[in-house]
Amino acid sequence: MSVVEVRGLTKEFGDMVAVDHVDLASREGEFLVLLGPSGCGKTTLLRMIAGLEEPTSGEIYIGGEKMNGLPPRIRKVAMVFQSYALYPHMTVARNIAFPLRAEGVDKAEQDKRVRWAAELLGIDRYLDRRPRQLSGGERQRVALARALVREPNVFLLDEPLSNLDAKLRAAARDDLLEFQRRVGITTIYVTHDQVEAMGMGDRIAVMRDGKIRQFGTPEEIYSDPADTFVATFIGSPPMNLLEGEHRVVGFRPENFKPIGEFTERDVPSTFRFHVNRSEYLGSDRFLYGVVEGYDENTKVIARVPVGSTIAEGATYEFGVAAADLCYFDPRTGKRLRGDA
Amino acid sequence: MAATTLEAQRRRAELKRVWGRVSLYVLAITAALLAAFPFLWSTITMFKQDQDLYNRDNNPFWFTLPPTLEHIRYLFENTAFLTFVRNTMVVGLAVVAITLLISLPAAYSLARLAGRWGERMGIAIFLVYLIPPTLLFLPMSRVVASLGLLESLWSLILVYPTITIPISVWLLMGFFKGIPRDIEEQAMVDGYTRAGAVMRTVLPLVFPGIVAVIVFSFTLSAHEFIYALSFISSTANKTISVGVPTALVRGDVFFWQSLQAAAVFVALPIAIVFNLFLDRFIAGFTMGAVKG
Repeated sequence: MSVVEVRGLTKEFGDMVAVDHVDLASREGEFLVLLGPSGCGKTTLLRMIAGLEEPTSGEIYIGGEKMNGLPPRIRKVAMVFQSYALYPHMTVARNIAFPLRAEGVDKAEQDKRVRWAAELLGIDRYLDRRPRQLSGGERQRVALARALVREPNVFLLDEPLSNLDAKLRAAARDDLLEFQRRVGITTIYVTHDQVEAMGMGDRIAVMRDGKIRQFGTPEEIYSDPADTFVATFIGSPPMNLLEGEHRVVGFRPENFKPIGEFTERDVPSTFRFHVNRSEYLGSDRFLYGVVEGYDENTKVIARVPVGSTIAEGATYEFGVAAADLCYFDPRTGKRLRGDA
Repeated sequence: MAATTLEAQRRRAELKRVWGRVSLYVLAITAALLAAFPFLWSTITMFKQDQDLYNRDNNPFWFTLPPTLEHIRYLFENTAFLTFVRNTMVVGLAVVAITLLISLPAAYSLARLAGRWGERMGIAIFLVYLIPPTLLFLPMSRVVASLGLLESLWSLILVYPTITIPISVWLLMGFFKGIPRDIEEQAMVDGYTRAGAVMRTVLPLVFPGIVAVIVFSFTLSAHEFIYALSFISSTANKTISVGVPTALVRGDVFFWQSLQAAAVFVALPIAIVFNLFLDRFIAGFTMGAVKG
């Protein structure tokens, strides 16, 4: 078990800067999520930590030791690829034992540890099968067992759930978290799915264009976004942004409510909200519309309880509590602190 | 009304299915007979007495006079047939070894080379294969002579790879490209060096390609004629493809039965080994084709 730290880490592929001066440090046993759209550099960052990619500049530390220039096998990290990368010509047992054979662990000890890892993940019935005879979820667990079996310093997971169907993914997410808590190994988890990131991460690093735009707990990132990118990337539906003269005003759809629901103490700002369309989603209702006085192409979404009696085509007085408003610089997109 | 039309269509479909099966089998059996017939004829001929073979009134596909082992004895006792076989084995195995040793790393590197250059170089190497030996045997003879290798099996061992390596590199590239990079990277994270990872995870997965290369290189060494004829004239160093015709065709006298016996004794073991690997061999060529 170790912490992972990178300092000023940069990776260039020709003219393209994939990772741009990233500083990041995990805590002991933490579940750290790298979140961002595809091409943001999160997988490259993970591959540099694993040693599969040599950084252009910057340093990587695992457990306090500098890892630059060392091949993957020295770093004692375990990685689960998006494709699981199981060895198709080996049985499940041989797949799991593969890292142990590299270390020259004797046969009896290998069997013992393979069985332990397989039981931990509930795949001990499949030890004699080959990967192609397993379902997606079972394959994922074989990949995890293989990652776990030699008790690595760090787990690196590259979108391990993206090949599973939606139902299986929810179950696998649960299993994965429970498993990580049990073994307590520092885990770096790459995903582009903000729901997954919010639900799993102790802390989330939101990346874009090779840079970390914000690093914090899911709560911080959701309610206190550092810029308009984070504000709109996190949350479904995303934060509403209204462009004013000197600043952009942002608020979450669930904080945008009919004015009658506020008390004096909330000091709500009011908006004239014209509802174009109302969408029933079982647990909530989404209202799509525009706010008077702002650009009519700027769609605004409100999330209201199902029971609310709001008609399409009508205009209402809506508000947002002062504490729930965020202000951004219209030019840079950066958050404006204080109530500027 | 509708029921009867459907019934008629069902019968027609059934009939079509049966006809499809029948014609498939007729076609397959015809093809098998066509392919096997020369061997069958050779096998019958090698046991025939001269009077039986040369009388045009006799059925060429069966024995009129009793079969004899005379010509087979002649092949083994009066020609250097076993020497030819041994030489062919030596050349074949050496060529296979050299081809694998060079084309495996070459194909791996070219397949993993980023960008378009890997692909282009692969095609360029393949083009070399298209230059026929009939153009190359003269310059090659000079090369072999200046190396002092005329009359030596080494001449063939060194020259045959110029044919086998280009096509093997090209064939194996397709296989290596079909293996996801993730697998060897995973093996590297799991604790192996790049070479160790390739040996343990990539090579077993390209095994069908390796079988295809072995079969191709060995059979080429066994049947190649022009180089074998131009580089070697001493009986002790000849391979089958040159040794058998020079020993058994003397002027206009053909030792037909012994020639047929030589062909069958060489073809049969190779055919049996081929069949053992047939599935993988076919997988080899088709997979290389699709993914190359």
